[in-house]
Amino acid sequence: MTTIDETLRVPVTLTVNGVAHTRTVEPRRLLSDFLRHDLRLTGTHVGCEHGVCGACTVLVDGDPMRSCLMFAVSAQGHEITTTEGLGTQEDMGPVQQAFVECHGLQCGFCTPGFITTITAFIEENPDPTEAEAREAISGNLCRCTGYQNICKAVLRAAEIRRQGATEGGDVP
Amino acid sequence: MKPAPFVHHSPRTLDETVATLGEVGHDGKVLAGGQSLIPVLNMRLAQPAHLVDINRVDGLDAVTVADDFVRVGATVRHAALERNDDAYAVLPLLRQALRNVAHPAIRNRGTTVGSIAHADASGEMPSIAVLTNAVMEVVGPRGRREVAATDFFEGPLQTVLEADELLEAVRFGRFTPGTRTAFLESARRHGDYALAGVAVAVDVSGDGGDAVVERARAAYVSVTDVPVVIDLSEAVAGQSISSTWDAVEDLVQSGIAPEADIHASSDYRRMLAAELTRRALATAVKEA
Repeated sequence: MTTIDETLRVPVTLTVNGVAHTRTVEPRRLLSDFLRHDLRLTGTHVGCEHGVCGACTVLVDGDPMRSCLMFAVSAQGHEITTTEGLGTQEDMGPVQQAFVECHGLQCGFCTPGFITTITAFIEENPDPTEAEAREAISGNLCRCTGYQNICKAVLRAAEIRRQGATEGGDVP
Repeated sequence: MKPAPFVHHSPRTLDETVATLGEVGHDGKVLAGGQSLIPVLNMRLAQPAHLVDINRVDGLDAVTVADDFVRVGATVRHAALERNDDAYAVLPLLRQALRNVAHPAIRNRGTTVGSIAHADASGEMPSIAVLTNAVMEVVGPRGRREVAATDFFEGPLQTVLEADELLEAVRFGRFTPGTRTAFLESARRHGDYALAGVAVAVDVSGDGGDAVVERARAAYVSVTDVPVVIDLSEAVAGQSISSTWDAVEDLVQSGIAPEADIHASSDYRRMLAAELTRRALATAVKEA
């Protein structure tokens, strides 16, 4: 059995939402815990911690990944985007705006994972069908909504994003 | 839960990786995408003292298309292989199967070679390895060796890999031109572990509606302990590609031994595998 030893701690520098942060952590520090405990970015939620629920999904170089299935030390050199990086309460991103408009959340626990997953999805597929929207969120669990309004929010988010693009506005 | 403490090794070259595995492999694990390993660590079902993280090793992330094979390196993500148009052009079965591997967020991180080394009976890619007669490129402190896919898998989650060896790459064999393939699985939710899944490869002669089956083979997901290939030729050789494929049922049902669990009985999985085989054969022959 390995003992917990200070010498096993390693410095980790991550770029999160455009800002570089350095912390010294154990290699076993999950990216999800690094974000929440070390950086106090509590927007990323932790549900199952084995990759099933999708609540902890963040963007790594723009691609959605489970932050509970990655060590912080492995994320060095990559650009991490969390839900905090996708808009603010005053200036929401298209997916966040769509969730508000379509009642895409109730308790909100799963929402950060949906926001990141859908942001990447509509980037790749700017005009999805409903069936594609359903498949896109199949890796995220929600126990409140029954998913209908989340599907609507995917389509609405894509619409907001397209409008933003034609108006030449910034799309986060 | 959180993983138990471990020492993290981050070699930059293959030589360094092999040397590190030689030192700590007996009490360590290779970390590639980690999409199967990290859940096991988080639940403390395993507590390796060392992790050899190969994500920063140069040269392991290449997909190479050659005349006879598609070679996939140890850190190629499922998503990268799925999107690789050169690989798709010569071996469409890769993309056909990869679309069914978990969810996109998992495919963005998980590696194809890692899922083969993990050898989960519910994994899609081990079945693709055996159906394509893949060759496993293994490297370790005692040198290199190559293992045929059919000799690689020993049991659920068990392969011939030694603790200090790395599966450096898998060479998926290309089919002869004109071989048609399909992959189908049934899961309770898209991206979940399949109740049953099948990959088929069908050789036909002749064109259009007059084409006739020469031979057909299938490999299975979730219904055998280790991936096996069932030769369906005796049931379908010589028949029209527009046939109903009913003749494969007995061969499939006697060739597999599915386990029962809370989602499906063994008999249900047998029937499902046979039905998926029929549908996959019908799909494959339509894919010209």
